[in-house]
Order: sequence, then C-alpha cells, then structure tokens
Amino acid sequence: MHINRRTFLKGAALGLAGTALPLNKADASFWEAFFQKHFREMNDAEIKKVIQRLEKEAEQKYKKAIKIGNEKAIPGVSFGYGLDLSRCIGCRRCVYGCVDENNQSKEPQIHWITVLRFKKGEKFSDLEESERYYNPREVPEPGYFYMPVQCQQCEKPPCVRACPTKATWKDPDGIVVIDYNWCIGCRYCMAACPYGARRFNWAEPGRKPEEMNPNTHYLGNRPRYKGVVEKCTFCIQRARNGRYPACVEACPVGARKFGNLLDPDSEMRNLIERKRVFRLKEDLNTYPKFYYFFAYGR
Amino acid sequence: MLFLIKNFFIALKQIFIGSKKYYLWVGFLLFLILLGVSAYMDQAERGLIITGMRDQVSWGFYISNFTFLVGVAAAAVLLVIPAYIYNFKPIKEIVLFGELLAITAIAMCLLFVVIDMGQPLRAWHILPVIGSMNFPASLLAWDVLVLNGYLAINTSIVFYVLYSLSIGKEYKMSVVVPLIILSIPWAVSIHTVTAFLYNGLSARPFWNASILAPRFLASAFCSGPAIMILLFQIIRKQSEVKIEDRALFKIAELIAYAIGMNLFLLGAEVFKEFYSGSIHSYPFKYLYFGLHGKSALVPWIWTATILNITAFFLFLLPKARENFTTLNTACIFVIIGVYIEKGLGLVVPGFVPDTLGEIYEYTPTTPEVLITIGVWAAGALIYTLLLKFAVPVYTGKLRFETKELKA
Repeated sequence: MHINRRTFLKGAALGLAGTALPLNKADASFWEAFFQKHFREMNDAEIKKVIQRLEKEAEQKYKKAIKIGNEKAIPGVSFGYGLDLSRCIGCRRCVYGCVDENNQSKEPQIHWITVLRFKKGEKFSDLEESERYYNPREVPEPGYFYMPVQCQQCEKPPCVRACPTKATWKDPDGIVVIDYNWCIGCRYCMAACPYGARRFNWAEPGRKPEEMNPNTHYLGNRPRYKGVVEKCTFCIQRARNGRYPACVEACPVGARKFGNLLDPDSEMRNLIERKRVFRLKEDLNTYPKFYYFFAYGR
Repeated sequence: MLFLIKNFFIALKQIFIGSKKYYLWVGFLLFLILLGVSAYMDQAERGLIITGMRDQVSWGFYISNFTFLVGVAAAAVLLVIPAYIYNFKPIKEIVLFGELLAITAIAMCLLFVVIDMGQPLRAWHILPVIGSMNFPASLLAWDVLVLNGYLAINTSIVFYVLYSLSIGKEYKMSVVVPLIILSIPWAVSIHTVTAFLYNGLSARPFWNASILAPRFLASAFCSGPAIMILLFQIIRKQSEVKIEDRALFKIAELIAYAIGMNLFLLGAEVFKEFYSGSIHSYPFKYLYFGLHGKSALVPWIWTATILNITAFFLFLLPKARENFTTLNTACIFVIIGVYIEKGLGLVVPGFVPDTLGEIYEYTPTTPEVLITIGVWAAGALIYTLLLKFAVPVYTGKLRFETKELKA
C-alpha cells in the first residue's frame, strides 16, 4: 500500500475537522454556554446575563415564560427540617408534591424523596430491611411504618468534598446546591452521599410544557440538562422567599416541619427542645440538618 | 527546526510500513474502534441511559475498566525497580516497552473517564487555573493530577531515550535516572490515590476498609507484569528485539510473590467481614454468595478466585513458570482474574446494597460493552503504533537526519 504525502495530509486535515465541535451548533449561545463561568466566580451583572440566556433557552424549549430567580441566602438563617415518624402514613404525597414543584423529569422518572417502608419490630436504623417499592391498595398498612428520606443538607456534606470541580457547595443558609452548568456529570458525589439523595439525569429530562412550574431558582428547580446531578434543595425558590417547601405543604398529616434553626422562637427549635430527635447515620459525622422524631402519645 | 519537522515525518511514515498481517491487524482494530465510536455517538445523543447504570449503581463497566488499567499503568514500576535498583541487566533493556505500555494504559484510563462523564465538553472545569479544581479536598482532583503527572514523566523518559537513540547518540544517565527514581514512587501513588478515591467514602463500607490500597497495589503487580510477559513474547517474535527468557522468568517470579500477597490480603478481608458479620459484610456476601436471591456477580467472582489461585501455583513452581505453555496460561488466568476482581468485582459491590438498602443488579448493556471494546481497541492501536516507531529505533534500523549527517 502506498500513500503519498499529499493524500495523507489531506486526510489528516479532514480528520482534524471531523473531530472539531459540531459546527451547526456553533451559534453564539452554544459558545456562551460553553465558556460560562462558575456561578460563584461571576459578578451580579454576569449572572444576570447568564440568567437571561437561560430564560430564553427555557422559553424556546417549553414555549412558555420561565422565571429563573437568584435570591441569595438571608443572613442569620440556617434552614432545618423535621419529620415526625409517628405521623407519616407513607402516602407519598410529599414525593408527588415535590415533583410538581421542582420540575423533575417525568420520563425517565426522577424523585427527590424516597419513602422507605419498614416492618414493625424488624431492623430499622441501618435501612437494610427497607422497601421502597411498596404498592398497597391503602396506606398506612397494618404492621408497617414509613420513613421518607431526601437530601439531609449536611453541615459536613461528603458530596461537596467529593466534587472535583466545586460544582456543588453549601450556601450560607445551609442549603447544599448544585450549579447545573458547571457539573461535569462524573457522579462522584453520588458515590459519596450516605443518604441516596442525589439523582442523575441519565437522559434528557422529559416533562411537558404544561407541567412546568415557571417559578424557579438558578440553584434549584430551573430546567436541568442531560448528564448532570440534581437533588432536594429544601425548595430554595420558596424557602428564600419565606415559604414552606412543597413537601411540607403537601403532607396531609402534618408530619413535616420546617424552619430557621438560628431563630430561638422557630418551630424547629421548639421541636428540637421538646421532642427526642435523631438524625440518619449519625455515626458518619455528616451532621444533617434533617431531624427525625417521634411524637408522644400517638 | 526544518530537520525536526522532517524527522517527524520520518517517524510518521513508519506507521505505514508494514506487512499484510500488520495492515490486517490495524484494520481490525479500526473496525472495533468504529463500532465503539458509533455506540458512543448514540450515548452522546441519548445520554448514559443506554448503559446499565442507574442512580443505585451509578458507576459501572467504564469505571471498572479504568480502575483495572490504573493498575496496569502502575505495574511498569515493577520492571523499573529491579532494572535500576538491582541493576538486573536483562530487564533493563526492555523497560522501555513496559513504559510504553504504561503510557498506553494511562491514555485508556483517560478515555474511560471521559466516556463515563455526563458532560464531557465540560471536562476543562476540573483543570486548575482555567477551571475550578477542588484540590486538595476531592480525591478525584488528586487522581487527575497524579495520572497526568505519571503520563508526563513516562512520556518524557520514553521520548528522550528514543530521540537520543534515533539520532545515534547515547542517552545521558544523568537525565534518565532522576526521572526514573521519580517515576517509582509516582507509580505507587497513582494506584494509591485511585484506591483512596474509593477508600475515603464512609458511605460505602465495602470500599471504606484500610486494606483497599494495599490490595490495589498487590493485584496491580499481578496483572500488569503478566500482560507484559505476553506482549514481550509477541514483540520478540514479530521483530528483531532480543528479549531474554531469563528476563521473562524473573518477572514471572515477581508475579508469584504479588499473587501470594494479594491472596493473603483477600483472606484477611474475608475473615474480618465474615467472622464479625456486621451489616458492613453485606456487599461481600452479595459478591460471593448473593443477597436476597440476587447473585449476578457470584459466578464471576468465583471464576476470578479460582483463576487467581491456579495462577498462583503456576507462577510459584519454577518448573511451571519456566515452561512457556504453563507460563502463558498462568498469565492469561491472572489477567482475567484481576480484571474481574479489580473491575466489576470492586466497583459494583460498593453500590450493592445501596445507601438506602436497595439491591439493584447491574449488568453492562450491549452499547456499553461495545464502547468499552472500542477503548481497548484504541489502546491496542496506540501501543501498536508506538511500537512501530520504537522498535526500529531500538534495534538501530531507524535513524533520523541530523545537521552533521547532512554536512
């Protein structure tokens, strides 16, 4: 076989062109997205510009206006969550309320809350005997109890330490957030999380335009991408505007509590004071801000 | 400057010189690469959903292959140590080919990491200065540093030695020795850091055991040199490179000790897990016996265990390791054994049961396997092409033009 230099060089040039980025995508928006800086390294003007671009993209995709907010953490606030195990009936309304609010993909299905079912009197705290796909005609089922699990917003989050690109971090109000435009999708955080809280977009998120919640936050429920990780943010878009997370509102039995841990008069502080609270997998020293408790007399 | 460019083309031309068999081999590899690339295009389009991975088992076949290959890359050190510290001549001559294998293995590692990423175009985010590397907190950041450092060191040594030889000069030991001395601890570091990457996660009891890093090293010193023994036999058959039997047998002896150590460490782990029997032994139970009726990995890990034990005795007995039939059988056994043990057998049980107690059975899908084969073919091609250049330089057949020659 003989290849002269001319044909070889031509071939090499074509080969190089082929490996370059797809030219049809090379419009301004593609490159702007490609070179977008880390969220925490942008100033307010840059963030504003990025949000404008993202809102435009979202509008094109879903054919409706989607507002992407950027409310910052309120000084003197550290959010905490309480869950009354003696009240939870395992109805999963928190799960569906969360999906409605936070724009998770429906096809394939992504849930941020997992409700675990346990047999009464069997192993409990190590979670090994739990069942998450229970599907009875009616809840609560006799002989069982339930424990919902979601992101525990740890004070010492192992996921944040694991992330190789600083794409996830703990904001001053204690919420662990993700910049979906900086995550490279390596899933090291998912290996590091002891609570199975993180979800990966294995495919392009599938959700109908009419199902989209248009009130979003950059670090929370805005539209996500294929190949990035997401998780519960205590409904950052609501919490930072003084509202309860959607799961708190969805719970029909009032098992879910939420408030400012730094405010001595808050519901959360009252609860920690008066009930016996525990946190999941305390032996790992992650210091969750998600408190489970048993109420008296029920 | 001009003769540098000219020399580059002399080197490049080397790739196109070859027998029919060579062209068939390269064509075969290109075909496999093409299959892998087409499967990857599908993955790039539809996402990692075409793999068997899900939220419960979020790493799979790609990261398994990555882990195995870090070991192969680290094993180049096994050749370097006796060659330079004990001045064992027959190995010294062939260290070069071991280092070429290390370069190839690292290139494959990087490919496996990139194909596992959800957003590969954002890979630059991990780099220092232009990205935002989470150093020193993230062990993955450490891994990026040590792997690329190792690649740089080995490339420098190989490039310098080959270039010196190709212009007919003797390479200076004052340049090579410090680099080699540096590469020895560095090789240990790439596998240690990769082990720590798993080891540091308290969420995963299967990995969160101090024995992990020592076992990584022991198993790497089994599979990597075994691959080299096979490759050296092919190289000396296909070219005029002389590799003494004595060198191969020495490597085989070292493998025997490494397998012995690996089996001992495995025994220590098995004892601790099963005797104490806490919930932290569940992944181990899942791996070796199955858990709640789920047992996808059981036939694999027992195959690996039997292969490793058989290989141990074949390498241990001087008569067996100095007979090429039994030696090569032992090499193939230990390569497959470690590939299973340090591949799927290490990565998947870390996720089973998952952190909330679910048992999700992972099996790689067809596209996932095709992409993996594609990366292996790419590795084989890289090594073939590197040899295509290195062998004639090494044997003195290929010499570059220099100014003096022209004058």
